[in-house]
Amino acid sequence: MDLRHHDVLPTAAERSAVDALLGVEAGDAPPAGFAAVRDARTLLLPALHALQSSVGWVSRGGLDYVCRRLGVPPAEAFGVASFYALFSLVQRPQAFAHVCDDIACTAAGAEKVCSELERKLGAPASGHAKTGTAHEDGAGHGPRWARSPCLGLCERAPAALVTIAGAEPKDCAFGAATASRIEAALAGSPPRIEEAYVASSGPRRLLARVGVADPASLAAYRAHRGYEALARAFELGAEGVLREVTESKLVGRGGAAFPTGRKWEAVARATARPHYVVCNADESEPGTFKDRVLLEGDPFAVVEAMTIAGYATGSQRGYLYLRGEYPLALERLSHAIESARAGGLLGANILGSGFAFDIELRRGAGAYICGEETALFNSIEGLRGEPRNKPPFPAQVGLFGRPTAVNNVETLVAVLDIVRDGAASYTSVGTAGSPGTKLFCVSGSVVRPGVYEVPFGTRLDALLALAGGVLPGKTMRTILLGGAAGGFVGRDQLSLPLSFEDTRKAGTTLGSGVVLVFDDETPMVPILRRIAAFFRDESCGQCIPCRVGTVRQEELLSRVVNGRSTLQGELPLLKDLGQVMRDASICGLGQTASSAIESAVALGLFEDER
Amino acid sequence: MEEAQVILLWGSNARETHPIFFHHVLKAVRRGAKLYVIDPRRTPTAEWSEGWAGLDVGTDIALANGVGRAILDAGLENRKFIANATEGFDAYRATLERYDVERVSTITRVDAELICRMARDFASAERAMICWTLGITEHHNAVDNVLSLINLALLTGHVGKWGSGLNPLRGQNNVQGGGDMGALPHKLTGFQDVEDDVLRSRFEAVWGCKIPPKNGWHLTEMFAAMGRRELTALYVIGENPAQSEADSTHALHCLEGLEHLIVQDIVMTKTAEMADVVLPASASWCESEGTVTNSERRVQRVRRALNPPGSARDDIEILCDLSSRLGYDMKARTPEALWDELRTLSPMHGGMSYPRLEALGGIQWPCPDESSVGSPFLHGRLWETPVRGPRAAFHPAEDEGPVDKLTSEFPLRLTTGRRLDSYNTGVQSGSFAWPMERRETVGIFPSDAARLGLRDGERVRVVSRRGSIEAPVRLDDRLKPGLVFMTMHFPDEVDTNLLTIDATDPRSGTAEFKAAAIRVEKVG
Amino acid sequence: MNESSRGEVEFTLDGRSVKAREGETIHAACRSAGIDTPTLCWAENLTPVNVCRVCVVEVEGARVLAPSCSRKVEAGMVVHTDSPRVRSSRKLVLELLGSSVDMSLSTDFADYAKRYGAEPGRFGPRAQPSAAGVRESALPGHHEVGDGTRAATVGQPTKVDNDLFVRDYDKCMLCYKCVEACGSDAQNTFAIAVAGRGFDARIATEHETPLPDSACVFCGNCVGVCPTGALMFKAEHDLREAGKWDESKQTETDTICSYCGVGCVLTLRVQDNKIVRVTSPSDSSVTGGHLCVKGRFGFKFVEESPRAP
Repeated sequence: MDLRHHDVLPTAAERSAVDALLGVEAGDAPPAGFAAVRDARTLLLPALHALQSSVGWVSRGGLDYVCRRLGVPPAEAFGVASFYALFSLVQRPQAFAHVCDDIACTAAGAEKVCSELERKLGAPASGHAKTGTAHEDGAGHGPRWARSPCLGLCERAPAALVTIAGAEPKDCAFGAATASRIEAALAGSPPRIEEAYVASSGPRRLLARVGVADPASLAAYRAHRGYEALARAFELGAEGVLREVTESKLVGRGGAAFPTGRKWEAVARATARPHYVVCNADESEPGTFKDRVLLEGDPFAVVEAMTIAGYATGSQRGYLYLRGEYPLALERLSHAIESARAGGLLGANILGSGFAFDIELRRGAGAYICGEETALFNSIEGLRGEPRNKPPFPAQVGLFGRPTAVNNVETLVAVLDIVRDGAASYTSVGTAGSPGTKLFCVSGSVVRPGVYEVPFGTRLDALLALAGGVLPGKTMRTILLGGAAGGFVGRDQLSLPLSFEDTRKAGTTLGSGVVLVFDDETPMVPILRRIAAFFRDESCGQCIPCRVGTVRQEELLSRVVNGRSTLQGELPLLKDLGQVMRDASICGLGQTASSAIESAVALGLFEDER
Repeated sequence: MEEAQVILLWGSNARETHPIFFHHVLKAVRRGAKLYVIDPRRTPTAEWSEGWAGLDVGTDIALANGVGRAILDAGLENRKFIANATEGFDAYRATLERYDVERVSTITRVDAELICRMARDFASAERAMICWTLGITEHHNAVDNVLSLINLALLTGHVGKWGSGLNPLRGQNNVQGGGDMGALPHKLTGFQDVEDDVLRSRFEAVWGCKIPPKNGWHLTEMFAAMGRRELTALYVIGENPAQSEADSTHALHCLEGLEHLIVQDIVMTKTAEMADVVLPASASWCESEGTVTNSERRVQRVRRALNPPGSARDDIEILCDLSSRLGYDMKARTPEALWDELRTLSPMHGGMSYPRLEALGGIQWPCPDESSVGSPFLHGRLWETPVRGPRAAFHPAEDEGPVDKLTSEFPLRLTTGRRLDSYNTGVQSGSFAWPMERRETVGIFPSDAARLGLRDGERVRVVSRRGSIEAPVRLDDRLKPGLVFMTMHFPDEVDTNLLTIDATDPRSGTAEFKAAAIRVEKVG
Repeated sequence: MNESSRGEVEFTLDGRSVKAREGETIHAACRSAGIDTPTLCWAENLTPVNVCRVCVVEVEGARVLAPSCSRKVEAGMVVHTDSPRVRSSRKLVLELLGSSVDMSLSTDFADYAKRYGAEPGRFGPRAQPSAAGVRESALPGHHEVGDGTRAATVGQPTKVDNDLFVRDYDKCMLCYKCVEACGSDAQNTFAIAVAGRGFDARIATEHETPLPDSACVFCGNCVGVCPTGALMFKAEHDLREAGKWDESKQTETDTICSYCGVGCVLTLRVQDNKIVRVTSPSDSSVTGGHLCVKGRFGFKFVEESPRAP
């Protein structure tokens, strides 16, 4: 391609970071031929990460060097880099903090942390800064922190992520964040890693190894029945695996609840080749942290389950797309994949079966929308994380335009027991419509926030009781079910059985398993406006209903918050906005951007405060 | 084009000189077609290719023969097609004996591996195309260059079918049309031979006059005749030979020696400034009605959108009036009437009425009658068994190299070409507000510049056996060591054609603009 | 199945049973059936991106509405193009667009807004336009929360960095057409892309590099496909600024470009015997509606060079 590059050169650190990823042999030359350039595009996001984590920002020289190496047009690379919140196109200090001010953390006092941080470190990066700007006085300049959407550490809210760029980048995410803990982390002394609190109401299935087996040891994994499912899969054959998964009635746990067996069969039967497996570990729904707990606590399970998915769907290659804000999961998964490879459990002829499969780990870069499966494909392909129109569905036209089975982490882990013990064993718990167990992310004003595994059909109040109930001295006001894309339920709905069919009947959703409890001391209208702001920030901007609708929705809530108008007066507009976003948006983000707010209106959460 | 699987762009920088044609190439590339670009310069076109064959200037025949040889060595020739539709294959094969890939690689400085890969991909594709431009035709042995490419198409049967074939990309909107209309010294309208009495008499019957029965001179022969004072009066329509001819010192000398020069043009060109009579004309593409024929033989309508300024008149009006003054009143005087008369004389245009050209968005000839929608490709008959009409002949061609030899006095090879934003001598393109820097430069490979102690932007003198010019240096790593590049877009600033050689192919009459021997000197 | 019915599918369109070619979009089938479906981001010479959502239709059994420009017809599909749900969505989309973007030069938009009774003013008075460079410097995932009393817009000053065309992104509805024309659908130059995210998404060169320093080759194909006048030829921009743009005095004539042998069809728009805009018909088999810099802009010589006397 006849691209025009600039004359700005990369620094030595930038060049060596990119070369470490892409190899040094090729020098400056891009791949020869259009097909080779197209194939290299998928390395754009990893290359941008290499720049960001080595020097703390994506400079003009660095970006241009990546473009030269990969044959990517500079304007497109800029379009991609400027899409993701974790890439900075202005120079930043090498140590930088992202402080969560999303719903769970706000309810837990994030604003106090932020204002103290502002006093100590100065104003956060927000609003505007000219891209490509290098500060004259070097690395120490510029804002040292920014506010962030949900970091998936809601059980230890408020949370923060600290990134330290350098030849050996050090990132850490931690809960119970205070201004001084954040300062210490910025100075290179992060808090000790704490494992998440997990519990269950019955025998643990999904959580069987979490907190029990050493996540860094393949031997420990195997000692705890690891790789029994894969061995069983080879006995069953691909058709047998498809049959068991279909009969288990397993449905996707990312929020959309699509039958996994049907999805896998469609990919397995698709004639176009190759097929791909993608694990969607871009868990970003505010209030959700269950996948993080699995990824950190049982990384080999994800690797094994992806291998089974590859076997069943006739795929030889899997991509694990992990959200960029999960440094511990990144470390443990990288280690697990390497160990599995070294142990003959990935690569050619796995366990002597003749089946070949490998996994590539990809890291997101701060974009909620990339949890949408087709946006995730685009992100892996080195494009902006914009969702594609469906149909065609991923099973026909997915990653790189090929048939693709894309599954959420929890869904994949559930497959292990189904294959090992059979569908009948799996359907013996749960309800007829929703067999098996489910992970719930319980946070907010409860005694023991954490991840809870309970059979489908467990009542909401029983789940809360398992978490120790509402904090002493507080009264429960409302519960957000299913995350920002879900809906609020009231005190009168505590007897609701947590199954897909019962929540649907009640007009709400399980979504990604969020159970976020608010007490009556938390002002709700700012929470609602935070949800509206979240969708405005995270909209990819592609389609008009979502791009502009989320702005108008936030403006509307701002008017109500500021007393410029009344909810009653705004209701027709709110309803219209909800309708057009739900009906005409390209993807689930826009389609659900008003659901929590509309449910809050129905519950009267606004009136209580005004 | 878009359905070809392999495309060889030979001596063509289509990305810059035929940008919209290149859109179609890119559509093919996006569908998986393999593009090979054969050009001494790594042009923007070459940047899109699977393989850039950066041959030395003037070694095209050697390379084509090497590709042919590699096809034979791999046993990938289309034997059925050769046996059915061609003649002269044995002589061609005998010629290729001397062009083994290693030797060709030495002559051309193209990687042997690339030659073999290109040969293999081209020969084994179901549909493959060769397109060329002036990199093939602006040589003293242009016709042999073209024949050597035709040989490759015959060898593989990539001709006469959809998505395949040979495609010379025309440089002007009506080069093809000029030929179609008989603006050739040996052809009447529709490529009918002047010296064929039967054909000529048909024209004479319709026109009611006698046509000289002998072939005329082509441009280069005309200049030779001017040099001999045998041609003393010249009527130039829409050409700027004072600046566009190779070895312009010689060209100017010839023009100055004329007894009478008439120039009919839209602007005051350098040639017009020399004329005894200037006939101001309207711009044919926007101030006149008529037709043109593009590179794919598509006859298209041009229409009047603007009123011509001042006393400028339509070419047809001027010619008709001139004819009347000379004593012959043309019957048809409007564009459409002339065209309809032409349709009765030129069989290939028979079915192209103005209304049909309008309705079909142009028609590709031959289109003999109004039931025909034209012909997207030619030579389909070669696929009939037995073949109808004459067989297609192989014409073995031998490598010669440029006329202007490199010596220690003139050690560098100057080649000329065009840029995206400009056109020929800049008469048309010079006046619009191109936002980037626009001036003539001497493109030179960095290592050559370093050896000569030249910095980017430094003014240098370029000297050939015919003349010298001065211009600033531009370092260009898309060239090769020993290769220098200039355009002909800015003759008023830098008259590049003072350097070029008028060594001309006797059959096509085209001069070797693409290869001059030069040296580059520091100024002062 | 006989020859003529092969590759046809039958489906229900607004209560009528109609046939369409297999693989055809609902939008194309609507056109064949004489149903005028509004659209702003679709063009016949570009790949559908289905972002404007003005063309949505209701497909029975589907949870949400479908973009007719890219959704393919299926046998037995039941499609409503004028149901209350469709009308309401189209109205709202037009209101959202009109409230945030200056659509004053889009006659299509004006027609659609009238047809669907859109009131872009219902979101409140428009916010002041941003100063130069402000929208370009927004950080993804961050914005400044206002008091909600003024409707945010993409308003900003016009970018004039060359003499061939201007970029007035106040009028940019982000239909992606320019990006497609500059990129893989035609020109393959990739000088511009969508940058930023959400409401701050915008068309940009890398780091907002001025066009003459970018990869731009000034083919003007982006201008040729722009539906809102955000991209405008400088000649037209200057005439409009001077209040001299007068469509009643203009003619359009198709002719052939003189710059090479490809034979590109040019549509010359002329006012007062001056060429004020050059485009190419999007259904031309030669150009597909696209031109190069010489064909698009290289006409000045007929107007400005000293002509032969």
